[in-house]
Parts: sequence; structure tokens; C-alpha cells
Amino acid sequence: MSAKRLPQGGRIDRDQRIRFTWDGSSMTGYAGDTLASALMANGETVLGRSFKYHRPRGIMSAGVEESGAIVTVGQGRRRDPNVKATMQELYPGLAASGQNAWPSVRFDLGAVNGLFGRFFSAGFYYKTFMGLPPMEWGKGTGLWMQYEKIIRRAAGMGVASREADPDVYDHVHGYCDVLVVGSGPAGLSAALTAAKAGLDVLLVEQDCELGGDYLNQADEASGKKRKDLIAKLEKAGARMMTRTTAFGLYDYGTAGLLERVTDHIASPDKHLPRHRFWTVRAKQTIVATGALERQVAFGNNDRPGVMNVAAGRSYLNRYGILPGQDIVVATNNDSAYATAAELASAGATVSLLDARATIPESMMSLVGNSGVNLHTRSAPLNVRGSHGVNGLDFAVAGQGGWSAQGSESCDLVLVSGGWSPVVHLLSHRGIRPVWNVEQACFVGPDEVNEPIYMAGSAAAVWNIEDCLTSGESAATKAIKALGGKARQKKAPAPGGWESPIEPLYEVTVSGRQLKSFVDPQHDVTTEDVRLAHREGFVSVEHLKRYTTLGMATDGGKVGNIIGLALMADAQGKEIPEVGTTTFRPPYTPVSIGALKGRNVDGHFRPLRRTPMHVWNLDHGATMTMAGLWHRPWYFARKGEGISEAYVRETETTRRTVGLCDVTSLGKIAIQGPDATEFLNRIYTNPFAKLPIGKARYGIMLRDDGIVMDDGTTWRLSETDYFMTTTTAHAGKVMVFLEELLQTRWQDLRVHVTSVSEQWAGSAVAGPKSREVLEACVEDPSVMSNDAFPFMGVIETTLKGGIPCRIARISFSGEMAFEAYVPSDYASALMDLLWAAAEPLDGCLYGLEALGAMRIEKGHVTGAELDGRVTIDDAGLGKMASPAKSFIGSAMRNRPELMREDRPRLVGIKPKDASQTFNAGSILCAEGKVSGLGEGWITAVTHSPAMGHWIGLGFISSGYEAWEGKTVIAADPVRKGNIEVEIISPHMYDPDGERMYG
Amino acid sequence: MIRINCPFCGERDHTEFSYGGDASIVYPELDASMEEWHDAIFMRENIRGMQSETWHHANGCRMWLVVERDTMTHEIQSVRPAHKGNAAVLSTTDTGGEQ
Repeated sequence: MSAKRLPQGGRIDRDQRIRFTWDGSSMTGYAGDTLASALMANGETVLGRSFKYHRPRGIMSAGVEESGAIVTVGQGRRRDPNVKATMQELYPGLAASGQNAWPSVRFDLGAVNGLFGRFFSAGFYYKTFMGLPPMEWGKGTGLWMQYEKIIRRAAGMGVASREADPDVYDHVHGYCDVLVVGSGPAGLSAALTAAKAGLDVLLVEQDCELGGDYLNQADEASGKKRKDLIAKLEKAGARMMTRTTAFGLYDYGTAGLLERVTDHIASPDKHLPRHRFWTVRAKQTIVATGALERQVAFGNNDRPGVMNVAAGRSYLNRYGILPGQDIVVATNNDSAYATAAELASAGATVSLLDARATIPESMMSLVGNSGVNLHTRSAPLNVRGSHGVNGLDFAVAGQGGWSAQGSESCDLVLVSGGWSPVVHLLSHRGIRPVWNVEQACFVGPDEVNEPIYMAGSAAAVWNIEDCLTSGESAATKAIKALGGKARQKKAPAPGGWESPIEPLYEVTVSGRQLKSFVDPQHDVTTEDVRLAHREGFVSVEHLKRYTTLGMATDGGKVGNIIGLALMADAQGKEIPEVGTTTFRPPYTPVSIGALKGRNVDGHFRPLRRTPMHVWNLDHGATMTMAGLWHRPWYFARKGEGISEAYVRETETTRRTVGLCDVTSLGKIAIQGPDATEFLNRIYTNPFAKLPIGKARYGIMLRDDGIVMDDGTTWRLSETDYFMTTTTAHAGKVMVFLEELLQTRWQDLRVHVTSVSEQWAGSAVAGPKSREVLEACVEDPSVMSNDAFPFMGVIETTLKGGIPCRIARISFSGEMAFEAYVPSDYASALMDLLWAAAEPLDGCLYGLEALGAMRIEKGHVTGAELDGRVTIDDAGLGKMASPAKSFIGSAMRNRPELMREDRPRLVGIKPKDASQTFNAGSILCAEGKVSGLGEGWITAVTHSPAMGHWIGLGFISSGYEAWEGKTVIAADPVRKGNIEVEIISPHMYDPDGERMYG
Repeated sequence: MIRINCPFCGERDHTEFSYGGDASIVYPELDASMEEWHDAIFMRENIRGMQSETWHHANGCRMWLVVERDTMTHEIQSVRPAHKGNAAVLSTTDTGGEQ
């Protein structure tokens, strides 16, 4: 290929020279160039290396179907691999490089793979490296995993940056009456028709300019028509987006769009996102996505310098490049003639091979006048040259097929094997395209059950004038579907060529073994497809997976039809009988960054802070994540680490008093005449007779009898309850209560309202907790032991007139209270409490100390109530009332859930008191460290009260069965195995004397 | 993206809702037998076609809805409040709800 830039013509701006680098060499192009056109104008031919064989590859197209010029763009953190050079707009300073090659794409040591081509046929790796004796006898797939790493390194694509992506991506939501995908003649006319009818139209175009195939036309009339249509669209108020790909269609008219905002800008405004990921809900969708030109399989059809015909036209007319001097154009249809004539007029020597025997008069005259050398019944057989084209052997059609017929020197081969309408978006909806024999392509079915209309060459309408009508016709359907009035234009039928296409998928002559590529991007050859057939792969879906045909980044845009045709031929069937593969989103690759949008780092998930967050920080809290919540972990004093801090907090709380932010607990107001009945049904223990001014600990089960959650519920009045749930299950419990009341128990007059955000709370725990609260309430008498016994509830006023509800409940095992105030008073509450607690030598404590104290007491949390545990497993079987029915009461009695040897909650301590052990360890019987063991450890802590490490966990049959035995806490990949003893989970103050005191 | 026409809020993306389950299940009384509960909890028809199911407008009005949806096409035939009282109020106060 000896391409050269023409002195005039094209849509590039010759006044704007752009400097860029290719593999480190500085080059220039013009504004309006793509990276591919600029490289072509600079005489670069080898731009990539193929996937398996490392064959040299060059530019094969001028669009999204590019399979050869796949390069890496950008450097450092912004290195973007596998970019199609044909879609990358040139900008000043763009740095591009070849990939999948070492040391460079021009000289690649990996090309040695090509010499062993016959070993790299379909399924080669699997056959060779998986389970093949004697290499892998008895070894399963272990060795394969090793080979695979090496194979993957040799085969492949570009390498992404290992650094974090510095760019910002946005998610945007959009709505429209009519979404028009594609801005070629059909798309423009569809959008204009719909917009003129007053509809809200969104027109999206993947290219940087609107116009579609208009941009590839040389004549003035086309340019004028394009400008005219766009001007009218602007006037009609249609929204138009360029550099935006509709990559997928989904249910209910939802379309996914990728808008590339800054990929073409040298130094973008830093406030702009790189990409925008649009979710558009369209009432009607018009798919005017055009058609892609197909290749033909013939010998060495992947050499740099073999392109599709439309690309030749595009480089000539849009980019002002004559892509070759001696050009062979090979076709089986009319579409190549205009290009052949234009190339000849631009100064190239052009031979035109047409596989067909008869050519219409008008086509003959089109090329005849321009000096094109026309050969009928002729087709390309084999390309000569390795890093470029230097000649072509051709074949002529005879009675028994093709036969070789001489050769010709040339530097460029343009091929048209027909056109495939882009039916991808329709296929995304599960709508199967149908084979149109006359046009030799798949088109959408006549009847589609959704408001999606195909228009233009996407509906196999080949003539530009007909495409305009086709767009108009689609738009009138959309207008009518939305209740508007429009005179229905008849849609042009598929077709538009003067003489029919002659299907041509492969050119081969007997006796010549040539490497003919079907899917050049994945190095799938015609021989691979036939091999798959010989080995019994009948289904296209299997063929695809076995050969990887169509599974490269182009998603089968280039090779699918040829693969199908070869398979059909091998089976002696027609193409529609073999079927088509289903296209799935995305149409072209979507960056991971766009998928994630802004949901990164701190925005990866919502962050919940309690209203005393700032107060906690001001008082020295180190925070930790508990679900979505940011909670105080420990309050370190000078010189303390976490271990010292939480041990001190635990000791201080048990000795004097500690305060802990418990706002994150779920809080639900349960109100109404039937609230008591409702609670009695959802809790396992009786609630029917809970007096006003009392709280009760309750457990709720799921329908299937497994524990769902636990918490306390406070009775504030005859009809008003205040329920607390665990932090982890707050949402789930709320949903379940709403479901019960709105679906199953519609007769119950109960309202449930989440008040988690409305109330802020602090635990006040320890022997001096009452003293602290006495100092805080306006009337200290409410705090006396008689007025406020264990499990009592009061609603009172704190000093300064702060409304407050307090319950005497304990999670720590000490005498303790939970005090709640409206959230706005959170800091005031903590100020009051701390002012009273600090002089008593009290402390603030965090989650770590809270955990330590609850483990000492054997109180369960989400770590234990993990969705597998029954109420008996948790040692709380006495909480299940035998006298009433409740949610889960029937199912908890299933035999498997009642087995005595189920894992039960136990306490754990090390045999050697100086030893520590980890949560997550497996509990095994001594001498039997294998398999699932006998149980597991859910939580561990250092117990200041006992002076050694303790844990909670589950072990089969409970602690009584393991008394006096040595058990192994197995933790093979972290700590190793530790000998432990199993004890009662109630490790500290088992009789609760401290709590009632 | 399924779009659900919430009778209280209007048409919204299905991502605002969470799927509940089969709306045709009649849950037994709490004191019913284990067998009855077993069937209610675990036995499900795998329907191909129109299915009545519950959805919770979790990120909206928090109402439970009964949605008739075609499991093949996602076509939604009707949406109504699960609670009959709410449904009755809606039907007398406005026309909304049904698609």
C-alpha cells in the first residue's frame, strides 16, 4: 500500500496541522483526521499484530468494525488499550502505540507463532493442554491453569494501565418521545419527520459528525442535502448528540448510550467527564444504524492493504487520501462501482473484479468512462506480500467452481462481499433477524412486537433516496403510535441495486492450501470453521465458542456471516437453517469507568453518619465502617493503640460508666389499635401483656423458622410501641413488617414508620450509669431503682428541656440504659451525659469495647444470626413461646432444625491462656482437622474481665458435649491451629447480678 | 429496564422497587400445619407468561404492589396496591393505577 494525501478534497482542515506520535515517532495529520487516516497518510501500513499468529495487520475499515488497526492510545494513567484507530479522532499530542507485539508491530518476535499455524487451529490449546495423558493423568485441571497463564500472555490484546483511572465519568438519565439511532440519510429524515410533528426527538450518532454515509460522498449535492437536513432539524428543535453510541437496547424502550466527551480533546476542561453513560427511556425507537460491508475469505485476506471498499471510498472522499496507486477492487454487488470509478478519477490504476457474469449497462458505463479495468466472473484468490500487498492472484468462475487465473501486481485490495445491516440493537431485544435471500443478508422481521422501527440500510435499503423515504416511513409509524396524525409513507422494500448481489463468502481452488481469515481479529480461518464441523459442532452457538469466531472486540461484525455461510456449506444447508448468533450488548466496547460513573471511592456506596458524628470526632473517636454506618471504633487516649483503648474502655465501663453512640440501631414506631396483636404475632415470645412503661427483648423468625433479628420493643402507650432492631437488619425488618401489614394481615389496624433517623441514642452502661442519668434529667426521682426497674421505660425531660425516652436495658451486662432524644438534640445529649460521666471517671466507648462486652456475655449479633441459625442454635429456645403461634412457629419445628447435634452457640477460650485465635476459624475435633469440622468461630476478643482471649462460635451439639475435650481452632492460611476449650457462651456474670443491681 | 406504573407515584424505573414474590400465594394461618406452611413458602410455579407478583416500592412510597407481569416479555398488564383498603380508596378518588 502506498497511500498518499491528496492536495485537496475531503473533510479535513489542511490549515490545522496536528502533531502526534506513533510508537514514539512524531508525525502530523490534520484536524478531521482519525488516527487511522493520519497513519495511512504518513505511510504507516503495519499497525497491529494478530491475536494468535502475530501476523502483521493494517487498516481494514474506516469504522467500528475495524479488526486490524487496534492500538493503544495515551500514556501512564490514561493508557487505553484496544482502541480502534479508525474511531480515534486525532488531537494535538496524541500518543499511540502498537500492541500485542515485541519489540514492535513491524518486527515482532511473536510472529514465530505463524510458522506453527497448523498447531494453532480451533481448540488447539484445550486439546493439547487439558487432560491429555500422560501430561495430566490424575492432575485435574491444575496444570492447565499454569499453561493458560503462558498462553494468555502470548495471545492477546493490549495492556491496560495498572494505575487508578484519573478521569471522572458521569451517569445521566434521559427521556424522549423518539430516539433515532444513526444520522445517515435515513436517520436524519426520520428525526426531521418526527421533530416536525412536534415530538421530542433525540438523535444520536457514534461519529464525530452527523451525516452517516453522506460524509463519504464526493458530490456537492450530497453535502448540500446533509447540511440542509441538519439545519432543518435544529430549527425543528431536535436534540442531537455526536460521539454517542447507542450500545444497547433494553426493556421498555430503555437505551444505553455512551457519550465520549473528551476522548478527542488534547487538554480537556478538567470539570468535564471523560464519558457519559446515558440511560434513556424512549417511547419509540428508530434504528437507522446503517450496514457494514462484508469481507470475502480468500488467501491471506488479512494482509495490511486489504480493506473493505467503503473504507477506500471513505479515505478518499472524507480524508482526502488516495489509499493506493495500483488498486484491485473485488466485489459481488453494485456498491463497489462508484468507489472504483472515484479512485480511478483520483489517479489510481484500478482493476475491478466482479464475481458476477452479467453487469448492468449503467454500471459498465460508470466505470468504463473512468478507465477502470473490469473483469467479470473474477474474484481474489490470494494476496502476495507479507507486510503489505504487492500482488494478487485471482480466480475465475467456471463450471465446477473457481480456478486460478494469473496474477497482477497491486498495492491495495478493496473487497466487498455484500452488506450486513446493523441489526444488533434489534437483536438485543431478543428479536431474531431473518435471512433475505435476494439481498444475501439478515434483516429485521416484518412484525416487531415493540415500538422499534428499522430504517435505511439497517433495513437493507441500499439507495440513498430510498433511505430518506425509509426514515420518513419509520417516523410516521412512531408518530402514529404516539397518537399523532401522519400520512403513512410506504416503506421501501429491501434492495435498490440495479442487478442482484451474487452471494460470495469464500474463494478457494482445489489443491491450494491458503490461510483465509473469517474473523481476522481472533485469527479464525476458514479451516478452523471446517475443522469444527468435522469434529461435530453443529450449532452455530457451539461453533462460535469453539473457534471463538465473533468473540473479539468487534463482536462478530466482520466474520459472523462468512462463518455461518461456511458452516451452512459444510452441512449442506442454507444459511437460515444454520441460524444466526444472537448479538448482545454492547455494540461497541463501553469503558468500565462509564459503567461505574461516580460510584467510586467515597461514593462507592452511601455513607451513613449518626447525628453525633462530629461530637464523637471532637472527643477523639477513631471511626470504623459497620455496614453503611460510620461508627466510633474506639476513643484512644494519649499513647494508646486500639488494643489498649478498647481494653481500657471495657474495664472503665464495668468499673464506673461508659457512653456509646447506639444511634445506628434500627428504630420503628409501631402504632395503632392492633399494635399489640401485631407484635405478638411477629415475636417468638409473648407481647400481649407487656405493660405500658416496660420494654421487652424479642426475637423474630423468618417464615421458614430461622432467626431474622432481635431487639427490644418499648411500650409507650396502649397503642404506641418503639421497636429497636439490629443495625444490620434494620432495613430488612422494616420491609418485612410493611409486607405483613399490606399483604397478609390487611385487617390489622397498625402503622409502622421508620424513625431511625428521627431518634439519636446513647448507651449509658456501668455501675454508675444511674448516677449519670440522675444528673441529666430534670427530675432525678424518675431514676430511682423502684421507679425505674430493669426493663423499665420512661419518657422524661433532660436538663434544658430536651425530650427524652430512656429504657433500662443492657447489652454490656452492666446496669445500663439507652437514652434517645430527637436527632437535633444529639450533641446536647452527649454534652449532658459526658459532663456527668467524666467526673465519675467514666469513658466513651466504641464498637470494639461494645463487642468485647457482648462477647463476654454471650449476646448474639449479626455475626451469629447469619441466616442459618435457629432460635435453639442461638441458645434462646426458651424465648419461643409454646403457648402461641407466631411467624416461623410451624416451620421451626422441622425435624432437621430440631436435631440435637446441630451447631449450637458456645463460648471458646484458648487452652493456653496466652494464646489468641481468629474469628472465622473452623472448630475441629482433636486429630480430625479436615473438611467442614464441627463448627466455627464467629467473634473473638480479649476479655479484660477474664484476662485472656475468648470467642463465640457454634459447635455441634453445644458446649455440654465438648466439656473437658480439646478442640482445634483451625486457621490454616492465617494463624495456624490453636488448641481451645469449649465453654458456656455466658462467660461473664452468668446470673446477671450486675445488670439487675 | 422495566418501568412500573406505581399507583401512588406514577411510572418509575424498576430499580426503585424490590421484587417480593408470587402474589397468588395465600399464606396459611399462623397455627396451620408445617405441611401447609411448607407449601406456602417453598412451592412455586415457574410460570411462562402472565404472573401475578408483589413488588415493594422501597425507594418510593414504600407501598407493596401487586403487578401482573409477563415473564417472557416483561410486559406489565396491571399494577394495584396490595392492600385492598388502599386499592378501594384509589379507585374512588382517581383513575390511576391500571396501565
